[in-house]
Amino acid sequence: MNRRSILAGAVLAVGLAGTAFAQQDKVKAGFIFVGPIGDGGWTYEHNKARLAVEEEFGDKVETVYQESVPEGADAERALTQMALGGADIIFTTSFGYMDPTINVAKKFPNVKFEHATGFKRADNAATYGARFYEGRAIQGLIAGNITKSNKIGYIGSFPIPEVIRGINSAFIHAKKANPDVEFSIIWAYTWFDPAKEADAATALIEQGADVILQHTDSTAPHAAAEKAGNVYAFGQASDMAEYAPMPRVSSIIDNWAPYYIERVGAVLDGTWESKDTWGGIGSGMVEIGEISDIVPEEVRTQALALRDQIASGEYHPFTGPINKQDGSAWLAEGETADDGTLLGMDFYVEGLTGDIPN
Amino acid sequence: MDLSSINPLILLASIMVASTPILLAAIGEMVCEKSGVLNLGVEGMMITGAVCGFVVAVETGSPAIGFVAAALGGAVLSLLFGILTQYLLSNQVATGLALTLFGLGLSALIGQGYVGIKAPVTADVNIPLLSDIPVIGRIVFQHDLMVYFSIALIAGVWAFLKFTRAGLVLRAVGESHDAAHALGYQVVLIRLLAIMFGGACAGLGGAYVSLIRVPQWTEGMTAGAGWIALAIVVFASWRPWRVLIGAYLFGGVTVLQLNLQAAGVAIPVEYLSMSPYLITILVLVIMSANRSRAALGAPAALGRVFHASH
Amino acid sequence: MLTLEKRPSPSRMWTLLTPPLAVVLTMIAGGILFAFLGKNPVESIRTIFWDPVFGEFAFYYRGQLLVKAAPLILIAIGLSLGFRAGIWNIGAEGQYIVGAICGAGIGLAFYPTENPLIFPLMIFAGALGGWAWAMIPATLKVMFGTNEILVSLMLVYVAESMLASVSSSLLRNPEGMGFPGSRNFKDFPAAHNDYLIESAGIHWGVVAAFIAVIFAYVLLSRHILGFQIRVTGQSPRAARFAGVNPSRLILFCLGTSGALAGMAGMFEVTGPAGQISIDFNSGYGFTAIIVAFLGRLHPVGILLAGLLMALTYIGGEAAQSTLGLPAAAIQLLQGMLLFFLLAVDVLTNFRIRFGKTEAA
Repeated sequence: MNRRSILAGAVLAVGLAGTAFAQQDKVKAGFIFVGPIGDGGWTYEHNKARLAVEEEFGDKVETVYQESVPEGADAERALTQMALGGADIIFTTSFGYMDPTINVAKKFPNVKFEHATGFKRADNAATYGARFYEGRAIQGLIAGNITKSNKIGYIGSFPIPEVIRGINSAFIHAKKANPDVEFSIIWAYTWFDPAKEADAATALIEQGADVILQHTDSTAPHAAAEKAGNVYAFGQASDMAEYAPMPRVSSIIDNWAPYYIERVGAVLDGTWESKDTWGGIGSGMVEIGEISDIVPEEVRTQALALRDQIASGEYHPFTGPINKQDGSAWLAEGETADDGTLLGMDFYVEGLTGDIPN
Repeated sequence: MDLSSINPLILLASIMVASTPILLAAIGEMVCEKSGVLNLGVEGMMITGAVCGFVVAVETGSPAIGFVAAALGGAVLSLLFGILTQYLLSNQVATGLALTLFGLGLSALIGQGYVGIKAPVTADVNIPLLSDIPVIGRIVFQHDLMVYFSIALIAGVWAFLKFTRAGLVLRAVGESHDAAHALGYQVVLIRLLAIMFGGACAGLGGAYVSLIRVPQWTEGMTAGAGWIALAIVVFASWRPWRVLIGAYLFGGVTVLQLNLQAAGVAIPVEYLSMSPYLITILVLVIMSANRSRAALGAPAALGRVFHASH
Repeated sequence: MLTLEKRPSPSRMWTLLTPPLAVVLTMIAGGILFAFLGKNPVESIRTIFWDPVFGEFAFYYRGQLLVKAAPLILIAIGLSLGFRAGIWNIGAEGQYIVGAICGAGIGLAFYPTENPLIFPLMIFAGALGGWAWAMIPATLKVMFGTNEILVSLMLVYVAESMLASVSSSLLRNPEGMGFPGSRNFKDFPAAHNDYLIESAGIHWGVVAAFIAVIFAYVLLSRHILGFQIRVTGQSPRAARFAGVNPSRLILFCLGTSGALAGMAGMFEVTGPAGQISIDFNSGYGFTAIIVAFLGRLHPVGILLAGLLMALTYIGGEAAQSTLGLPAAAIQLLQGMLLFFLLAVDVLTNFRIRFGKTEAA
């Protein structure tokens, strides 16, 4: 028996141990995290959902995780390690794990993989993501109403569709509430660098912004807003309630717990199948954190109404008429954006200034 | 594009705040290098200072005690480097790199229970009279105490190296440890003190990030500031006032690019962010091309192992 | 009081004994740390140091050890040549990045052509890129006497900025939905550094690392250039009398280490890493400096040190996922291992004497 067939044999044995696609008594769920579980944002919320899975299933589930896994070669090894270690389902919680997840999924046909925010799937590899842009619409509405300088600062991470979608959604709804509103956008080129985020927020505030929206994960912009005084901010990924009621007036919370519980449960029941899930406010994947009393009652009511309309599917945040930045028509009156366009969004809507860098 | 939205004075004030951590770390490293020791573990000492300062400030409710603890934490960690390189004569480059790895791990363990907690607020100091000067007063004379402390430290180190006997001895040790040893100076002890000073300053710089600039604790939050501090020392050609200029330049580039973006100016971020390093190389070349030793501030014994063999 | 007395030549016995001693000390200190964190110390140490090589899944881990160790060894071998001669290239990380960019860039330029010549061309481009990047500090040192430690370090940051730039513009995957990062080389067979023997973890980078070890061994023990390197390290003055041309040596040492680091970057990015992305580099260039020292700048030592370092990474990851040890504890353990190795090294070069100190 040569070495290659030994590996194949072992892989097969491990896979069979999972007795795939059949009901099972106990499930082992693995999680690959891109940051430390103590980042207070993205990874923190994924880990919270992991703990919720443990809570929900008790003895029937065992979870394992590995934090700060670099995207690339190390991710592939970490995944293989978990699969070999007997994991039945593995959640990979960053876009950069896409190719490693697909590669390892090929080798372990009986282990289920769940890749967050990606677009490549296989029979045993599902994808999931959240419609954060729905939450952005509500942020935009609040921001447009409470700004006094009519200047809103936006800290972007990378110029990728997800972030651009958020900017567009927030802008459209801020503009509806307040036609004079302007967005000032800074690309920080990082998801998480507290010092840089603090500097970015400070730069925006000094140039007159009195509301800060962020698509980076630390609370540093909140601290900068608090220091500056009359500046509002929104929690990102996590509630960031320690800064409520001022400067944090509301937040978008990534609540992965319902999805993780559903999927782990599906493995237990033997009903798991590969699919793409793009959940929003309606499915509970995106939550709007409590809107603080600083926000006028009337605005709060409007914001909650908008939330409920989006949740029920009555309203889509990208509903025409919407033009692209260059003035060309994108959505006609009453038309809503399709998911394909949203997933690859690489343009600003009309009214935003500046260019998307590439 | 709206450049008028950038107020140069406010920009300057931001740069002062953003540059303080690297300024503190760089001046410490400069003293350490002046004694002939190259400690590449600045990042590790900074992050350790950041966590020590944060934890102690939260527990005691006093940022001031936090800063003291940060200095102590940085100094204790640097002592590890000092013992290895000075007594056990290990290679400074490798030991420094190991120190960074160690410090990053240690700080993350210490800080585990402190994520998501707010630090006690450090009050800004209003310097009487000066802070009342219209415009400038509000901007230049209304910071937290550490900003002024860092500038005072530069002046202190400058005076120490230039005017005091101890400063002369420190420089002598860095130029030629054998000669200093022959003259009866305790080379190892002096170097240990310089290393610990470097550690304490790096610790303060780290605590400035975790207690004032951000302020919160998160793993790896210094995000490479320690490496920038090393670059600044070189850029400054081992001179205290140039460290100040270097720190404000390096810190300034970041703040400036963010401000330009906020004003809607499309700038190639990567090219701007590599520019300080290219300038540093240029400075190095100019200094070394001018072969007079006075122009080249580098301590001659930098990075070399000293062992009293008799 | 203890005093140190320099040995006339390094002790052979201690050269061999100190690394195992350091590992044992690390296991003890690490065990205490893990116990303190509420984990079973014996189980933790076994998971990190024993299981990857002899445990249940060793068939997979052994190959991964080579994958992880190969770039470290390849870079460290190059660095050790310079370090022996007192030429300090600490910018291998930058050369690694530039090598990867050049190698991958050449490959991607041919996408999707299938031609067996593409991969060799990419290896050459990677080596050339690393070499050219190292030639900057080398040339400056030769022409102006500029400190190579500092210039090579500064160039790391420049390379990192370049990497950030190309991965979000020039080399960005046109089908990547706007995400930064190049095409994956797995989808481009002619340019893919695929496993030659998958279960053993052997790809072209591993082969290159072994060749480099042998090449360095022969160079140092048999070749006149190796003699010149050694003599320069021991006594630059003597070297001059022996007819060593210091400029040539600087260009050779920095150039070789740059080329090897560039090659390592190219193999990594087209194989295990799979694509150019903002942070594919993960600090190999710096870790390799440590590996070079742990290996006592000796080719065989570097081979072993690279494997040991890889073991702590892989075992550490396993301990995280199976025992729930925090990543920070693993980092701390690696730091301790290095400290112990560096500390016990004193026994190799010095004899410890008990007695009164002289005025030191």
